[in-house]
Amino acid sequence: MGDLINIFVKSAFIENMALAYFLGMCSFLAVSKSVKTAFGLGLAVIFVLGITMPMNWAIEHFLLSENGLFGLDLTFLRFILFISTIAALVQLVEMIVEKFSPSLYNSLGIFLPLITVNCAILGGSLFMIAKEYNFTESVSFGLGSGFGWFLAIVAIAAIREKMQYSAVPPALRGLGMAFILTGMMGMAFMGLMGIDPAAF
Amino acid sequence: MAEVQVLEEIKESAFSFGKEERRLLTDPLNDNNPITVQVLGICSALAVTTLVTKAVVMGIAVTLVCGFSNLIISSLRNNIPKQVRMIVQLVIVAFLVTVVELSLKAMNYPIWKELSVFIGLIITNCIIMGRLEAFAMANKPWKSFLDGIGNGLGYAIILVIIAVIRELFGKGAIAGFKIIGPTSEYALNTTEISMLSWYAPNNLMVLFPSAMFVIGVIIWAHRAWNTKLVDIS
Repeated sequence: MGDLINIFVKSAFIENMALAYFLGMCSFLAVSKSVKTAFGLGLAVIFVLGITMPMNWAIEHFLLSENGLFGLDLTFLRFILFISTIAALVQLVEMIVEKFSPSLYNSLGIFLPLITVNCAILGGSLFMIAKEYNFTESVSFGLGSGFGWFLAIVAIAAIREKMQYSAVPPALRGLGMAFILTGMMGMAFMGLMGIDPAAF
Repeated sequence: MAEVQVLEEIKESAFSFGKEERRLLTDPLNDNNPITVQVLGICSALAVTTLVTKAVVMGIAVTLVCGFSNLIISSLRNNIPKQVRMIVQLVIVAFLVTVVELSLKAMNYPIWKELSVFIGLIITNCIIMGRLEAFAMANKPWKSFLDGIGNGLGYAIILVIIAVIRELFGKGAIAGFKIIGPTSEYALNTTEISMLSWYAPNNLMVLFPSAMFVIGVIIWAHRAWNTKLVDIS
């Protein structure tokens, strides 16, 4: 159990998907203009990551590996199968959100289906394969990375809302400022990099 | 008396390369640059720009995948049902990326090892999906191919600029040629110490956040130079 909490803390704070590896930047920068939409998108990303990680783990170990169903090394099909499960799951999430919270659905607009191509989701699955986690560890890794991404996008949305009232040079306004903010947040999170969660 | 005009039928050849096609190739380099203007494809732009060789390989890979996926989807555009549009696009892009990854693994294993996860992340590269939705679904194959290549080249140029800055100031080298810094091999004078060895490499440039700062400054420079692009919202 302690192992799982270590992985959660490590993936949420120390190896934050958005601020240490800079994955998921496209929707990160585009949706972070207001805290409300950032909050909704963050929650959706936690949900999608928490479910796709174990599913992709199962696909990798039961279908594609040599001990799996087909008895052949089919790992070259990894990309196609992973992205298809992610696309199917995001379609499901979109239908659920439309049913239960139409206002959130309308405010997120195009960005809900765009979670499919969010680098963080596919990147998380590929990192999980590279680190060779088992099933429970992959659940913890998924929820942790989702939580870390959620924290990052809500934080930068809050900062950008305040930045609207500052005197930024015209050519730097908007997008350029968002990049520099993200860089500074990344540097701040680097302060956490030396922590070894297993020490607690 | 009515004037009778003889209208000449202009035959559009399938592979014409006129002004419009040239604009498809040059617009993404400046006015409609995928990274600095359209804000697409940022994810992989950061982690692969630590070395110029990695950036060049990534740029070539994205250009090829973008061009050919535009070509394939544009040829199929009238036959894809609306509901499964996104999954079909993703599967085709995933297929092309798998081909690119396996070719790279065969041709140059050390670079494949270094790029590891980020080749797979070309699938989720927003440029490819963005151009598929915005252009290939509504235009003919040859033009879509040129548009894909143009956007890929725009992405590659910015990537190489960032990588040159980061590698030069972070390690004092460009593509492995050590230019400035203590291990410099150029401008040797008689005392066997290079004249360019005064530079102490700036380790911040090797870390991830520096890519964000460099892109921010590039956007600033690009918008100051091309004032049409300033964000007035």
